[in-house]
Amino acid sequence: MSSAQVIDGAQPTGVPGAGPLLQVSHVSTEFPTPRGVVHAVNDVSFTLERGKTLGVVGESGSGKSVLSRTIMGLLPRSAQRSGEVVFEGRPIHDLDSAGYRSLWGTEMAMVFQDPMTALNPVMKVGRQITESLRYHLDMDKSEARETAVALLRAVRIPEAERRFNAYPHEMSGGMRQRVVIAVALACGPKLLFADEPTTALDVTVQAQILDLLAEQQRDRYMAMVLVTHDLGVVAGRADEIAVMYAGRIVEKAATKVLFREMRMPYTEALLNAIPKLGDPSHTRLAAIGGRPPDLVDPPKGCPFSPRCPYARERCHEERPELTPSESNPDHLYACFYPVGSPETEEIRVRIQAQRLIDSAPPEVREAAAEHPGGQG
Amino acid sequence: MQRTPDAVADAPLPEPPLPTAEAILGEEVPPAGKKKRLGVGAWLAIIWIVGLLLAAIFAPLLPIPEPTEVFPEIARKGPTAGHLLGGDTTGRDVLSRIIYGARASYAVGFGAVGFGLVIGGAIGLMAGFFRGKFDAIATPAMNVFLAIPQFILALSLVTVLASQDGVTGSRRLMVVILGLGIVSVPLLGRITRANTLTWSEREFVLAARAMGAKNGRIMFREVLPNVIPAMASIALLAVGIAIVAEGGLALFGAGVQLPTPSWGNMIAEARTSMRRAPHTIIFTSIVLFLTVLSLNYLGDVVRQRFDVREAAL
Repeated sequence: MSSAQVIDGAQPTGVPGAGPLLQVSHVSTEFPTPRGVVHAVNDVSFTLERGKTLGVVGESGSGKSVLSRTIMGLLPRSAQRSGEVVFEGRPIHDLDSAGYRSLWGTEMAMVFQDPMTALNPVMKVGRQITESLRYHLDMDKSEARETAVALLRAVRIPEAERRFNAYPHEMSGGMRQRVVIAVALACGPKLLFADEPTTALDVTVQAQILDLLAEQQRDRYMAMVLVTHDLGVVAGRADEIAVMYAGRIVEKAATKVLFREMRMPYTEALLNAIPKLGDPSHTRLAAIGGRPPDLVDPPKGCPFSPRCPYARERCHEERPELTPSESNPDHLYACFYPVGSPETEEIRVRIQAQRLIDSAPPEVREAAAEHPGGQG
Repeated sequence: MQRTPDAVADAPLPEPPLPTAEAILGEEVPPAGKKKRLGVGAWLAIIWIVGLLLAAIFAPLLPIPEPTEVFPEIARKGPTAGHLLGGDTTGRDVLSRIIYGARASYAVGFGAVGFGLVIGGAIGLMAGFFRGKFDAIATPAMNVFLAIPQFILALSLVTVLASQDGVTGSRRLMVVILGLGIVSVPLLGRITRANTLTWSEREFVLAARAMGAKNGRIMFREVLPNVIPAMASIALLAVGIAIVAEGGLALFGAGVQLPTPSWGNMIAEARTSMRRAPHTIIFTSIVLFLTVLSLNYLGDVVRQRFDVREAAL
């Protein structure tokens, strides 16, 4: 069995073993800043099985990128972290930099968001791949080159032989992201973090890149943490989805379950924020009002309460814990009045009525104002 | 309390949009391996600088007299047959002295900047890459150095370093190189640090780290190649400045020691007879001017080619 075979996906690299691949429990990350301590990640726990995909979804500043960097140990020195990370049964949260270096590349790797900056502009793309092959897998020059070309082919780069000698600026964004993926896959990691891998790309290229990631993941039996702000991206590709808000997981469930019966109003708001093809033109885009909370001084109650249409007194006072849903113990959410409960339904009906009135002609609006409480 | 109810009003049936486009590989790719051409000006500059360098190196093979040979008949005379640029005050061949003078002037210019590049570059690269304590000491130190008038600093350094009696010509040359080199350290160090800082923030550095590369590897193989164009551009300017600075030192008698010719000490020596024999000073100055112009122009070409932003000067 030549190593080239292993690498280009002919053989699965993350072969099934005992126990989950990654166990994250009560992980928190803080950054001391002049303004105060930023609580970027708060008490996050999850388990990832081999070969599975976890989608981590949230707005900018929800801590999703910091979470993946915390697990990988790629934080700046100023960061303070706590909690446990167990990778293949081995605790890795207190490794030193040499310990992490033994994991990086070969055990876990990361695909970065922006292919424009994730490649070294003055190094040929081929060499960016062979670097780690030669360093980690002790390949000689020609072997590394062969493997790199095979990898470039695996990520569907046409004329891989010729592209090997190209510089990043000679490639398009989608191509570059393919190269970034090839670099990350080079040493056959068991766990791949994809940090918004398609955000910087065209919509048409997005789907290609996501399909490529899914295909490579399947071939290699590799687990993946797919970080994104777009529920649509993870919808068909993640086995499980964790929705993050203000550094916490606020809802977590198997993908199908989550889309069928989402409980957290924030998840619902995220989904509504995706424009739908069937909508008539000039439909107002549904934005989530307000801004993400200040992570230096988060609100007292539920962090989403200031922006939540269904929030009640209790939401502003008390923070709901992540609890399993009554129907499905694997479906966790942190909400007192989840979507579908009588309290939220009542508000939803009222909001819809108000919407209808607002869009009605003026005479109807006046009539409605004269009879408040009349059902719209 | 900010609440915008209508934002989350109607919950439609969850219909995850599944982009199922196939991996179409029609992406537009610019052809690889196309390079910008150097302009005529850049070629002229290169020819001038390299030509002078070759002439200086192979001067003994050229049909010119020794730079120290005295021809009384051409003293203070303009160009004549056999002495294309005439003779200087004591009757030495000006052309020969200019060509031999290029040896000292080039040595001073490139030597001083080379010294500055190695020391300043190393300090700047480490300060910009590791930051922390090293940066906290090195950068203020460089700023303090920059606050001292550069020429006075160079003059004092050369005077102090060459204060012993019986300093030989080559030793004096080394001292001038070292003096101007030390002066150029903070300048080149700061440029390198500023560029290293910005390049170290780039994602590919983090990506290299996430692939298990060590600090030294990242510093020299990922960051340094990106910083080199900026360093090269400034270094070319600095070579010109150093050559001119040697002339300044020569005026104070602190330049390259006579009888070894350098453009600086030729101008300094000839200035006493500027009225009667202006051609020495004029020809030498023209050569000096063209050389500095070429270096500056090449520096600009490098900067434009690599789009180096003048981050800090």
